[in-house]
Amino acid sequence: MATDAREAVLTRIRAATGNAPETRAVMQEWQGIRRQYRQHAARDHEGVLELLIDRLRDYDATVQRVSRDEVSAVAARLAAARGIRRMVVPEGLDPALLPAGLACETDRGLSAEELDGLDGVMTGCTLAIAETGTIVLQRVAGQGRRAISLVPDYHLCVVDEARVVETVPEAMARLQPTAALATTFFSGPSATADIEMTRIKGVHGPRFLDVLLVRDGERL
Amino acid sequence: MSGQPLDPRTAPTFPAAARAMLGDTQLRKNVRHATGVIQTKRARVVEEMPDWQELRESGRQIREHTMRHLDHYLQQFEQNCTRAGGVVHWARDAEEARRIVVGLVQAEGAREVIKIKSMTTEEIQLNKALEAAGVHPYETDLAELIIQLGQDQPSHIVVPALHKNRQQIREIFQREMHLGTLGESPQDLADAARRFLREKFLRVKTGVSGANFLIAETGGVCIVESEGNGRMCLTLPETLITVAGIDKVVPTFKDLEVLLQLLPRSATGERMNPYNSIWTGVDADGDGPRRFHIVLMDNARTEILADEEGRQTLHCIRCGACQNACPVYRQTGGHAYGSVYAGPIGAILTPQLQVLNHAQTLPYASSLCGACYEVCPVKINIPEVLIHLRNKVVRKKGPLTPEALAMRAMGLVFRSERRFRAAQRMGRVAEAPLVRKDGQGQGWIGWLPGLLGGWTQVRDLQAMPQQSFREWWEQREKSEVSRGN
Repeated sequence: MATDAREAVLTRIRAATGNAPETRAVMQEWQGIRRQYRQHAARDHEGVLELLIDRLRDYDATVQRVSRDEVSAVAARLAAARGIRRMVVPEGLDPALLPAGLACETDRGLSAEELDGLDGVMTGCTLAIAETGTIVLQRVAGQGRRAISLVPDYHLCVVDEARVVETVPEAMARLQPTAALATTFFSGPSATADIEMTRIKGVHGPRFLDVLLVRDGERL
Repeated sequence: MSGQPLDPRTAPTFPAAARAMLGDTQLRKNVRHATGVIQTKRARVVEEMPDWQELRESGRQIREHTMRHLDHYLQQFEQNCTRAGGVVHWARDAEEARRIVVGLVQAEGAREVIKIKSMTTEEIQLNKALEAAGVHPYETDLAELIIQLGQDQPSHIVVPALHKNRQQIREIFQREMHLGTLGESPQDLADAARRFLREKFLRVKTGVSGANFLIAETGGVCIVESEGNGRMCLTLPETLITVAGIDKVVPTFKDLEVLLQLLPRSATGERMNPYNSIWTGVDADGDGPRRFHIVLMDNARTEILADEEGRQTLHCIRCGACQNACPVYRQTGGHAYGSVYAGPIGAILTPQLQVLNHAQTLPYASSLCGACYEVCPVKINIPEVLIHLRNKVVRKKGPLTPEALAMRAMGLVFRSERRFRAAQRMGRVAEAPLVRKDGQGQGWIGWLPGLLGGWTQVRDLQAMPQQSFREWWEQREKSEVSRGN
């Protein structure tokens, strides 16, 4: 039955579009698609960083520029100001970055209920897109499972300056080699505009987002 | 609005439904406000993109290319998704898709599912089928929750509850969530939804979603959303079932760099929506659901594919910009279209999904002003398709309808000068009893009988002049000749 449906649908498609050309011809045609939009940064890197900061603040996130040695202390201060007591961190996040003096639980498969009992999460990121104020997380060391950056109400995200690009196409090019990993783009705290088109911060994802932009983080 | 799903097969005609909606001044006010806000936001973030037109053109070409090779890309998606641990199902129509999803849910032994907003599942009335099988679907998008708890129907593809204002939503939440006190600020209402749904996210083990894009190259699926309810449904359950139209496939990961710029700016007027999720099959290390099923559904999309002029309808990425821009939609709201796909895109998509057996009045639900075409991020020429569908509707009705006969008679008259002049003379005589003079002595007709009445329903018709230009010219020549010039 299932195979019948598959064959039936594919047959109808072929009848509708005419005979199917070879894979190589399809790929060639794809390469011929016009792409005259911007694919590279127009600003210098400092300008790109300023743009990112501006866009993140526009989403009600806070952003601070720090050196790598300062991360732990600043993170501790930020978390304390938000009243955070217990945080979850992914495996592989450099212990030197963790908020000084705060209880951090490393995620080794915490259940959703357990995550719900924690106040916040601290992660690194794969990259950030300045033009849209977007940070991209993937299923890798230092960023962890998707659930940990979702269930707790507070997210403290460490972004190395070298990981910031200006445009979406630059980001997709960098993500291409790891395109099959579970990937989350987030742009500010969770939000909705479903009620009278008024943007409200925070529905189901983290309602509070602090970003630390690290001057001398490791290179990509 | 009753709890009955919008169904183009049983819905009243657009003119009849629109007339009823126009009487609801609260609804019109809500729709006008919401669409106005989105349009302004969209205009601002589109303005700041120097390469918007280039992006639109690339978007159009990507979608056109994909449709031309749909079988190739669907099979590539199937292969890659399967390799990554996903299970791919195919459905010829809504009935088959419903049967597959209900079967999968029952195989899990689930009595409840959590759902992400999905117009595709609305299209196939999946919730009704789940309920009939004893499964309770919880809608988790704020707007869809408002719709579900209010026993209402979606009226917009991106903001389904935009026809409701905060007081109406507060009333629904208070009643359905059994809340004693509840503020009416959007923040209070969103907080209530957060509390109401959190427990469901943590408890329910089966998620059901639609999809924004299926990536053929990787076998991945992409969903864009705002609230995080999508991430909850995609991440926390043990089983995820995704229903997607076969038109949702894109060739490569790289193509998302175009579509992920076009979609958020067009849909909600944001530079990027708060969350995009991309996942590929099942994660071996326990990130997300352990079982992933995807249903690839045709449901008349191949009929649209086979129609060369109608095919561009399938390029749609469901941003809703055409709805916000449409002067007709902004007056009537979405329910008048009798389908979950309302507005300009609904006016072309719905009749084609019904193979023109229903929803025949929708291609006429437009003034052909072209505002929809201008804002479409993938440049679908909606007015062109509307006219094409009007042609098909007329042809389908056959040559013997009163309208077709009248048009044939008109054709005869216009083909001969003698017949045309005779018709003018007859018209002057025939209209006489209907003409009323205004203060300036100009004649007006306020009512015409039968078929012609459609014209005078909303406007007066000027009476025919006592002399046509040709008659005047001929008379003038004659008089000049007689004066000896």
